[in-house]
Amino acid sequence: MIINHPILGPRDAQEFTYLGDASLINRPDWQADDAAKQFYDYQYLRDNPAGEHRELWFHEQGDRSWLVVTRNTVTHEISKVELASDVARKEGRSK
Amino acid sequence: MTQKNRLTGGLIDHTKPLEFKFDGKSYQGYEGDTLASALLANDVRLMGRSFKYHRPRGPLTAGSEEPNAIIELRTGNRQEPNTRATTAELYDGLTANSQNRWPSLRRDFMAINDRFSQFFAAGFYYKTFMWPAAFWEKVYEPIIRKAAGLGSLSMEADPDAYDKGFLHCDLLIIGAGPAGLSAALTAGRAGARVILSEEDYICGGRLNSETNALDDMSGAEWALQTLAELQSLPNVRIMTRTTVIGAYDHGIYGAVERVSDHMAVPADGAPRQTLWRIYSKQALLCAGSTERPIAFENNDRPGIMLGGAVRSYVNRWAATPAQEIAIFTNNDDGHRTAADLTAKGVKVSAIIDTRTDAPTSEHATVLAGAKVKDSLGRLGVKQLSVELADGSIRNVSCEAVAVSGGWNPNVHMTCHQRGRPTWHENISAFVPGPDGPPGLSVAGSAAGIMSTHGALTSGAKSAVSALKSIGIKAKAIRTPKAEDAPVNLQPYWYVKGGNGRAWLDQQNDVTVKDVKLAHQENFRSVEHLKRYTTLGMATDQGKTSNMGGLAIMAELAGKSIPEVGTTIFRPPYTPTSMGVLGGRAVGKDFHPTRKTPSHFWAEEQGAVFVEVGNWLRAQWFPKAGETHWRQSVDREVLATRKSVGVCDVTTLGKVDVQGTDAAEFLNKIYCNGFAKLAVGKTRYGLMLREDGIAMDDGTAGRLAEDHFVVTTTTANAVSVYRHMEFCRQCLWPDMDVQLISTTESWAQYAVAGPNSRKLLEKIVDSEFDISNEAFPFMACGEVTVCGGLRARLFRISFSGELAYEIAVPTRYGDAMIRKLMEAGKEFDVVPYGTEALGVMRIEKGHAAGNELNGTTTALNLGMGRMVSKKKDSIGSILSERVGLNEDDALMQVGFKPVDNKEPVIAGSHLMAKTGEVNAKTDQGYITSAAYSPILESSIGIGFLKDGGNRKGEILRAVNPLKNQTVLVEVVSAHFVDPEGERLRA
Amino acid sequence: MHSLQPITALGGTEAQIDVIGDVTISECPDWSLTSISARLGAEKTIATVFKKALGIAFPKPMLSGTKDDITAFWTGPDQCIVEAPYTTHETLAATLATSLKTKASVTEQSDGWVRFDLEGADCFATLERSCAVDVQVMPVGGVTRTILEHLGCFVLRRSDHHFSIYGPRSSAGSLHHALVTAARSVLAQK
Repeated sequence: MIINHPILGPRDAQEFTYLGDASLINRPDWQADDAAKQFYDYQYLRDNPAGEHRELWFHEQGDRSWLVVTRNTVTHEISKVELASDVARKEGRSK
Repeated sequence: MTQKNRLTGGLIDHTKPLEFKFDGKSYQGYEGDTLASALLANDVRLMGRSFKYHRPRGPLTAGSEEPNAIIELRTGNRQEPNTRATTAELYDGLTANSQNRWPSLRRDFMAINDRFSQFFAAGFYYKTFMWPAAFWEKVYEPIIRKAAGLGSLSMEADPDAYDKGFLHCDLLIIGAGPAGLSAALTAGRAGARVILSEEDYICGGRLNSETNALDDMSGAEWALQTLAELQSLPNVRIMTRTTVIGAYDHGIYGAVERVSDHMAVPADGAPRQTLWRIYSKQALLCAGSTERPIAFENNDRPGIMLGGAVRSYVNRWAATPAQEIAIFTNNDDGHRTAADLTAKGVKVSAIIDTRTDAPTSEHATVLAGAKVKDSLGRLGVKQLSVELADGSIRNVSCEAVAVSGGWNPNVHMTCHQRGRPTWHENISAFVPGPDGPPGLSVAGSAAGIMSTHGALTSGAKSAVSALKSIGIKAKAIRTPKAEDAPVNLQPYWYVKGGNGRAWLDQQNDVTVKDVKLAHQENFRSVEHLKRYTTLGMATDQGKTSNMGGLAIMAELAGKSIPEVGTTIFRPPYTPTSMGVLGGRAVGKDFHPTRKTPSHFWAEEQGAVFVEVGNWLRAQWFPKAGETHWRQSVDREVLATRKSVGVCDVTTLGKVDVQGTDAAEFLNKIYCNGFAKLAVGKTRYGLMLREDGIAMDDGTAGRLAEDHFVVTTTTANAVSVYRHMEFCRQCLWPDMDVQLISTTESWAQYAVAGPNSRKLLEKIVDSEFDISNEAFPFMACGEVTVCGGLRARLFRISFSGELAYEIAVPTRYGDAMIRKLMEAGKEFDVVPYGTEALGVMRIEKGHAAGNELNGTTTALNLGMGRMVSKKKDSIGSILSERVGLNEDDALMQVGFKPVDNKEPVIAGSHLMAKTGEVNAKTDQGYITSAAYSPILESSIGIGFLKDGGNRKGEILRAVNPLKNQTVLVEVVSAHFVDPEGERLRA
Repeated sequence: MHSLQPITALGGTEAQIDVIGDVTISECPDWSLTSISARLGAEKTIATVFKKALGIAFPKPMLSGTKDDITAFWTGPDQCIVEAPYTTHETLAATLATSLKTKASVTEQSDGWVRFDLEGADCFATLERSCAVDVQVMPVGGVTRTILEHLGCFVLRRSDHHFSIYGPRSSAGSLHHALVTAARSVLAQK
């Protein structure tokens, strides 16, 4: 596969390591009343779609960027690639 | 040596004879021959025995689709089984042997199988070898493997090397026939980066096998002329002997270049083959098409081959399969064969044309509306029995038969991403469907465009549109005037009647009868048909047989062929050697080796090395007279605990963490607190996974307010760094923290033992006070050594002794270890390896990889109270789960054998002193064990239910794998210096 | 001056040089490396102080800049490595840490890497058998990190027929073996 890195352009997927569902960015608030439940859901409950999937890839043998790759798990078509830090900020994460 | 069937002309060099051997007999061929063409020229048609029935077989084809002429090429450690004689390029001294026969090809004992063929029909194995189950592995399978099968392996290591490589292009053109050549010229002239790959050793495809003119040239001449222009273009790379084996995601293609297969031995340093990974922006499949046979009774006798193959042998290789050839056809191609044979002076006994309206021929008698009912001839065809249109039988003598059943486009590559071919009625064949791999288009006969003119023009046009899609403007070349005959074909798959021993798949010995049997037994899906009958399996993957099987299945089911559908193809297109997939990554080159800074010095000392991941670490340093590793290890441990020892600990991961939020960042990734760690101090840190399980441990030293050095275990250096980047980029993107690995930058040595400070005082420059008061336990700082070299000093201890770790830039690591040894002489310093390191950490009860094993929590490790509840850190919330915090949770403790002569074995499970031994009564397990020379006893650490409250209890350590049970006493894991007085000394 | 003698990554006292047909593979131990990573919020302002300190613009992605014998090459977002002669710049990291204070995190990387230079017409064919980088179209001054012999390596194009490979120092032997083997394979296929 080729991942179109937002900074570097097309790169062979061999340079990357895969983590999983991009929902891992949405780590819950540790001080929430139901933190235990939220963390349980965060850790264990993921969608596993046959189709479009947002997932985390790490450019380990490249520039060390974490990316959010929107990939069709059936056709392997990659429709969007973003820097995970941009996505995280967009989703309200900061410090 | 006469080449009885050698003709004049062709694309071989008659002035360059080559000697070769087949089944021990010497023959002569010419440069440009394949093994098959050279054997045919020598009047050898019998080249193999069939897979199941051991029937005599000769070549059916002249290319990589060959099912029959499968031979063992070369001898000794270069012997290669299952090689197609039809693609094996002849070289001087080539040696080949037929396979699957005993004692000889002409008299094969196992041909008896053919007499019992009714027992070996489709599903035979499934039905016969059902019972008893235990017989399968021990009795049935060995017998079957011996009787049925292909070639044999040399059982020696392959002496040759294989390369891997990477190529990039705008347009990859797969196949250099008329379509591929005209596409390449179109794209090449436009300046695009082109790769033209061709599996054959010459370009031209069918142009080299047919006699049709292109303008005023022969096809072969036009191919040569075009090739010459392509070779002059620097933007075009022509790769012959290169088979594109697969279409992978996003324009990546795999290709195998047979660099040295046409030589006896590869040139020194050259690979036998190269696996290319081709990154293409666009690709164009010009793979041509494969002719299909018409099945009839005993259609597998040597000499019966495809019409196109006969034309190839006669026209390209100047080798006729026989002096008298009959033709069986359902289309105009048979007539073309007759014309070519006559032109070469070969007698055509008859053209048996299934079409009642068959055209007449000036070259031979045409038997219109006739069909071949049977053939005769034990080791080669001698005669055909032909049923004429009026029902009468005529015998036709011949020594070869050219069968033409039409052509199947080579759609394979279009199926590699699950694309499905579609049925094309006009040519009665499957053509590429609309859902092929993105970026791949198809031209020429691979697309079902069967004339030479069509191939040339579609190649050029397809190149233009492929390039247009990536913004490159190209102009189609003017194509030469060429044959443009329509396909005139009557679909005809097999001749009805007879016993059904009409071969569809000659490689797997699948007959029309087998397909009928499968249908009778209710196999309805083509995929099931394939697996039940084995139709289309093995090295040829049914290139000549699938269509026939499908057609018969459709007929039996009363459906049309497109309704029945077709199986699709997976990579590789042709058989691919394991060697080329492995490339150079064999033996010690399987993975890169990492060497520590003291490696060369350790080699000089005669150290024994152990692989730790990719690292080579000194395991122990044997001294003269030491005959057992334990002697060396015990000595290293005792000397270190008594005075001082040095160990290379560079392999531990080091991550430089900087930034104004560095401390807060560490607070998040470690379960214990780091925010308040003072500058110049080091702290032990435990990292959890988010699920509350321990991930890794190490130390973090604070060199400045905004600068830490984090260490990780050797094994987890890469994954911890990855995790830290995940935390930084994905979880807390606005923290001011920067990470970089410095594992390799610093050579780091543990200096341990009561005299370690005295030794280091001779190394560290005197302006740095490293006394206990100035540099206490867990201190760290930047110092200089040996007169001004920058270094880092950490007072940390894995051994439990007074100990330091000293780090210098790696290039000075070799000098540093030598200096330490020299300066340490007065203290009887010893180098120690990973074994002694392990013994000492077990004696001290420190957790390592065996304890941080992916199932244990901070609580299990005896560090439950370290998990801070006052801050957010990875894993802290889920570490509180009830299931991880039961009263009888596993706790890390130590174990000593009741009888100190007995060993404690890691992996042993803990059971009560008496009672049953099973999973239900399991109390825990031992993770690490060693012989402690200090305690003069084997010791272990491990996890025991409620272990903290069970000291003094006697348990059984049971190891069923070693059939060993040892009584052990539960003790503190801190065997040595439990109060930690030594390391604070 | 301290008393310790350095060794090269391949373990010698001198750099190893292999001439194989039309490519020369040289171990280049005499370079000092410093990584510079912009602090949060200083991603833009770093450019000015960086330029002032080194006379080179902070490199753009996949590119490098050179002035005299100092080169800075891009390694990641807001991150680069500065390469300078070791004899004159052994403590470059300390110097830059002072001059870039508060704008960047500075780390010595001199001995984290081994540098091999490939020079000559066959460097393309050698690299083609080593890594996935499209070396033919890489611009002079281009740089990228990729996999070579299973290792994360930087590939820099210094001039038309001159590339540098930076690989992890501990694997210098394996990396050297891979490059030399590829070059020999190229030569043997001529």
